[in-house]
Amino acid sequence: MSRPLSPPEPAGLGRAAGEARHPLLELTLARFREFLREPEAVFWVFAFPLIMTCALGIAFRARGTEPVIVGVGEQPGADLIVSSLEQATGFTIRRVPASEVDRAVRDGRAPVVVIPGTPPAYRFDEARAESQVARLAVDQALQRAAGRQDAFAAIQQPVQTVGSRYIDWLVPGLLGMNIMGTGLWGVGFSIVQARTKKLLKRLVATPMSKAHYLLAQVLSRLIFLAMETTVIVGFAWIAFDVKVQGALWSLAVLALAGALSFGGLGLLIASRARTIEAVSGLMNLVMLPMWVLSGVFFASSNFPDAVQPLIHGLPLTALNDGLRAVINEGRPLTALAPELAVMTAWGVIPFGLSLKLFRWQ
Amino acid sequence: MYHGYNEGVMPQTGALYCKGLVKKYADVTAVDGLDLQVERGECFGLLGPNGAGKTTTIEILEGLLAPDAGEVAVLGCRWSDDGAALRPRLGIQLQETQLADKLTVAETLRLFRSFYPAGPSVDELLETMELTAKRNAWVSKLSGGQKQRLSVACALVGQPELLFLDEPTTGLDPQSRRQLWEVLERFRQAGGTILMTTHYMDEAHALCDRVGIMDRGKLIALGTPRELVATLGAEHMIEFAIDAGRGPGDAELRALPGARDVRVTNGSFAIATSELHLTVPALLDALGRHHATLSQLSTHSATLEDVFVTLTGRQLRDE
Repeated sequence: MSRPLSPPEPAGLGRAAGEARHPLLELTLARFREFLREPEAVFWVFAFPLIMTCALGIAFRARGTEPVIVGVGEQPGADLIVSSLEQATGFTIRRVPASEVDRAVRDGRAPVVVIPGTPPAYRFDEARAESQVARLAVDQALQRAAGRQDAFAAIQQPVQTVGSRYIDWLVPGLLGMNIMGTGLWGVGFSIVQARTKKLLKRLVATPMSKAHYLLAQVLSRLIFLAMETTVIVGFAWIAFDVKVQGALWSLAVLALAGALSFGGLGLLIASRARTIEAVSGLMNLVMLPMWVLSGVFFASSNFPDAVQPLIHGLPLTALNDGLRAVINEGRPLTALAPELAVMTAWGVIPFGLSLKLFRWQ
Repeated sequence: MYHGYNEGVMPQTGALYCKGLVKKYADVTAVDGLDLQVERGECFGLLGPNGAGKTTTIEILEGLLAPDAGEVAVLGCRWSDDGAALRPRLGIQLQETQLADKLTVAETLRLFRSFYPAGPSVDELLETMELTAKRNAWVSKLSGGQKQRLSVACALVGQPELLFLDEPTTGLDPQSRRQLWEVLERFRQAGGTILMTTHYMDEAHALCDRVGIMDRGKLIALGTPRELVATLGAEHMIEFAIDAGRGPGDAELRALPGARDVRVTNGSFAIATSELHLTVPALLDALGRHHATLSQLSTHSATLEDVFVTLTGRQLRDE
């Protein structure tokens, strides 16, 4: 065998083994470096979830006992109603011109509007909890002012449970959403880019193992995962006092399962797409339903029972439910076997499929 | 699919062997019954215009495309049987590959090096390819010539026995081309085999022991550059054009002393001649007799380009 470009034998022998590292390690490192050198990607993985947490944390901060806003229709008898409500505490009163009553209810200026009369009428939105609560409060105040006696005075015992604020509930969802987004984009985008640049074709012209390449895409995700999880959980703890009630290693295992699951899915999505546009469309097609269904911003239990099995079969639902169980409720990992099983299935099956379907050229 | 070739016939010694190669795309036959044999230690050039089927041929030999028919042996092995064992012994450079923009030169080489069981060190390669100064530069920051050298370095990283190069110097400035030629020359001196495609005739002259000229999926000429030029039967070419009007006829030109062949393309004439000093004065006399005015006249030594034109009636690079 000829040895072009090789120096005399003795020097050539030992060195080869010393320098070359395992291809899986090199592929993973290469992918990791490419990511770190892409400022936009770094923004989406780290800055974006922090901005989201901040914005939503401020918008939905716990309000304590805020006054109930009540509107009073501008017509004869309005002054009497206003003075009755002023005597009872806890109301913010807004006078509403008669022509604008329904609009005030609709646009949220006044969740309930009292129309003076004998008896008075309440205009409110039956579909909104806020509106219902305001109606009950107003009714009680006006009834008492009219002389109604309470049958008994119940003892009030407000409970402050740990992890029950909206922000406590939101942070695990945002973490889950971020793991999904970065998993799918991080894997899918780089693969399609390598395909359009014919880099994939060049790689299969080497003795590189195809499984190594695909595995490295998923593995490189784990390095980012550790970083993004730490950043999001750490930030929520410092800025909003969101505490992880369960074990940190349980959180790590869940995040890992989630990342592998979305890595596998990302691989499958990218396995045949030839252009960045095509893969972007597919990504959104996969992600949008889960943003809505899997309980990121509001609980997935809002959807009808008939579709619940479907929703619980989605990887993001499994990840979010698991993260909330660990972060908010402090449950052990052993209680989360179904969620882990769903995520594992979403990782393994797409990975296997993409090995078969993958278009290298 | 083996077209009646039994295994016993397959040469085990040659670097490359293919017989009856066919590859069709939809309605185009890219490769149309190609036979080729390249010996070890040889530098073989596939020449031809764009679309002649060079890239398809080289990608079939590289095991990246499956032929529709025909037999291929690379270093005595078949892709279907020994593909995995064959890969580490080959170095491949593809025409359109863009390496990862945001990896450095050294990182790219280390990555490719990790796929091969043996080979030169990254430092050695950088040295050989004159890229040492750029080792920590991102690929996106390299010039065209540097990118091409890196691409060839990635092909050399596994210490290959056989190197495939698809248009390695296309788009390079003359200095970068010469640098690359030197590297390839050294590879060959160390015993390596090269199969390259090019549409630069001077490149084929400078590097190749033998060339095959491809046109429309077929090999239309095969031999050393010198042999192919010799098939013209003439060492010189006279090209001329005349202003509108009567000129000497085809037969009259062929009768000029020393003239071997005459060709008319787009109103300009080409005469192949073995005796330039006799043909030119005779041509001028003939033009004078016809009262024809020369608008252009040039002579050059015959090249592979002339061989192609003579064989096909078309220019090599009418793209």
